[in-house]
Amino acid sequence: MSTTSDRLDGIPAAEVADVELYHPRSWITKYVFSQDAKIIGIQYALTATAIGLVALALSWLMRLQLGFPGVFDFITPAEYYQFITMHGMIMVVYLLTALFLGGFGNYLIPLMIGARDMVFPYVNMLSYWIYLVAVLVLAASFFAPGGPTGAGWTLYPPQAILSGTPGGQDWGILLMLLSLMLFIIGFTMGGLNYVVTVLQARARGMTLMRMPLTVWGIFTATVMALLAFPALFVSCVMMMLDRLLGTSFFMPALVEMGQRLNHDGGSPLLFQHLFWFFGHPEVYIVALPAFGIVSDLISTHARRNIFGYRQMVWAIVIIGALSFVVWAHHMYVSGMNPYFGFFFATTTLVIAVPTAIKVYNWLLTLWRGDIHLTVPMLFALAFIVTFVNGGLTGLFLGNVVVDVPLSDTMFVVAHFHMVMGVAPIFVIFGAIYHWYPKITGRMLNEAMGRIHFWVSFLGAYLIFFPMHYIGLLGVPRRYHEIGETAFVPASAHTLNAFISVMALIVGAAQILFLFNLAWSIRRGRPAGGNPWNATSLEWQTPETPPPHGNWGRDLPVVYRWAYDYSVPGAARDFIPQNQPPARAAE
Amino acid sequence: MLVAIALALVAIGSVVFHVMSPWWWTPIASNWGYIDDTLIVTFWITGIAFTAIVLFLAYCVLRFRNRPGHRAEHEPENKRLEWWLTIGTTIGVAALLAPGLIVWHRFITVPPEATEIEIVGQQWQWSFRLPGRDGRLGAVSVRLIGPDNPLGIDPADPAGQDDVIVEGGELRLPIGRPVKVLLRAVDVLHNFYVPEFRAKMDMVPGQVTFFWFTPTRTGAFEAVCAELCGLGHAVMRGRVVVVEESEYHAWLERQPTFAPRLAAAQ
Repeated sequence: MSTTSDRLDGIPAAEVADVELYHPRSWITKYVFSQDAKIIGIQYALTATAIGLVALALSWLMRLQLGFPGVFDFITPAEYYQFITMHGMIMVVYLLTALFLGGFGNYLIPLMIGARDMVFPYVNMLSYWIYLVAVLVLAASFFAPGGPTGAGWTLYPPQAILSGTPGGQDWGILLMLLSLMLFIIGFTMGGLNYVVTVLQARARGMTLMRMPLTVWGIFTATVMALLAFPALFVSCVMMMLDRLLGTSFFMPALVEMGQRLNHDGGSPLLFQHLFWFFGHPEVYIVALPAFGIVSDLISTHARRNIFGYRQMVWAIVIIGALSFVVWAHHMYVSGMNPYFGFFFATTTLVIAVPTAIKVYNWLLTLWRGDIHLTVPMLFALAFIVTFVNGGLTGLFLGNVVVDVPLSDTMFVVAHFHMVMGVAPIFVIFGAIYHWYPKITGRMLNEAMGRIHFWVSFLGAYLIFFPMHYIGLLGVPRRYHEIGETAFVPASAHTLNAFISVMALIVGAAQILFLFNLAWSIRRGRPAGGNPWNATSLEWQTPETPPPHGNWGRDLPVVYRWAYDYSVPGAARDFIPQNQPPARAAE
Repeated sequence: MLVAIALALVAIGSVVFHVMSPWWWTPIASNWGYIDDTLIVTFWITGIAFTAIVLFLAYCVLRFRNRPGHRAEHEPENKRLEWWLTIGTTIGVAALLAPGLIVWHRFITVPPEATEIEIVGQQWQWSFRLPGRDGRLGAVSVRLIGPDNPLGIDPADPAGQDDVIVEGGELRLPIGRPVKVLLRAVDVLHNFYVPEFRAKMDMVPGQVTFFWFTPTRTGAFEAVCAELCGLGHAVMRGRVVVVEESEYHAWLERQPTFAPRLAAAQ
């Protein structure tokens, strides 16, 4: 495989010539209404973290209720359903999607491909501010009459807009739908930016097959999100019309509490198809950036090239494409035509093959590596364990008939928390420990980082691994209290209490992490420009933290892929992407 | 060293937990032992994969950790190894999928001799409808639901006159006879789930869904709702009692049927 070019005149020119940026003239345009993708990325990350803390607090409340039913009587069933709904939606959309694409996407894409900024900086700024409004609308529903919606994060009609569900006939569901629509508008502005930037603004010599996998993951996920979110957008519009104008997109003829309602002819299943046509790609919209980032963390901290780079790129693209034809595996017991089960089970299990290949390649990158057990590497290892665990339980739920007894039980909750909660969040942690030095110029405190790692890794595993077995027992999800049930032994209640205590401990460890983030800005060890001896372009900026425009006078020229670690004959164990071949031996 | 030990402990601990766990599925009471078998196959294949991967990870961390003089090996690709791993994974996945699809085919193919019964979900209780002497259920429509006709049975349909209606009580079923359970909801989604039967399917307002099974064990089983249906979701309970055939018919005779009930109301 040819990874280096011989001479500069052999490198084709960049797609777009260097352009002059609009430079901010005041503090407000530099830090508040900023058009610098790095500032926007940080704004996205801080907002997502803030609303994520709300979701964390909600998870504590619901675990208190589940672990110790009847003890905390200020948690009513209505509030419990509101907590799970808001927790789920915040984590999936407003935290994970926003942080990976809006946060890491904005910060890393221009730096990693050698661009000065996103190609549409003004639209990029609007993207963040619309996201912020979406978050505020969502948060406002806590204070609206009737409180937030308690329909479950899947918002299934008819119950989502009926009076038997908290917020169904009040403001809750309307604010949720409005907030989602705003989020999608904001995301589309950012998403088009990321895609066009990757396609058009790469530095000279940065061919697609030289891009770090982080960029590949975020790029593919963004393309998917641009295709998937419209399905959610139209379902929000239709549900809003059903609720406000009495249309019947999702509402058949029905009798609620003895009253015949004025709807007729709609289909609740239509909503489920639209929701999951968005919702399944959404899983990979979160997972693919995590796959990309963790590949780079593993390669950098194991001082070894990523194993099977081309296979990794193709796996990302194939997973992205396949994820659009698996959505109805969320609906095996929904009452859709049962013959769909054959198709969707097959596509779902096929997707396990490229996913497994990625896991093998991470392992083979570590194998014969030179593994530095830094905090980013520790979190990458924790990702592999939790992702493999959660991915394998996906083979239970994806395999149609095995899903029948497990569907809608705590097994499902355990599965998706392991695979799209814990695992991607470990990547986020690893990524923050990894790139914080570039963002602030200082290292995060190592000791606090290690405590954070051990409590989070072992604690999260102890929460979610045993939870599968509660589901196996038959305990349904979304029960504020299982109560006296014939098939639930007393020991299961003890296990529930244990899980709740672990959840409180793991949650508390995140406060230490936040403290570390704040403390290290001033007190952290100065990092220098490239503390990890990494090859990719963001570590080669003339200044750290990089100023607006990133590269000073001249844009970088790229001579090699991002994974020239431990190349035989080279003096050091890494060769930066912008180092000309003649100097590689220095 | 500590990290490698922790990783190995996670792998081994998970296996030990699985073997020792007192939390396991309920003893089966239907013909869907096939589903349990498929689950067991899945546990074996995924369990082996998980243990092997995490132990290999622990080995790598131990063997290839950074120490003085150690340097990583530069090896961008290894086509042979990549192909073997891809083929091996494909075989493993096919070994899971094939039995899964075969059992799914059984699950959705209702035997012709199955008796049709109906379960109706509404916020937050279950109702049951069983065919009378004619062995057939009458036509229904949600538009006909009223105080005297809670399930919306069509009064003009002769097949519905002798339908047995059980509201909020318990459902009885004869042992050893396949039943096709027709599922309806009048307001929102519900899901009638008895863990011992393994089978479940959502009830969707506006359509009729189904599953089938054969009870294989007498006894009383608790039913729960397995699809979020609003505030009372967790307390929406029911009971299914599986009895011998003669006992079943004696019980059925004592239940009220639709026609006299409608007549009484008028």
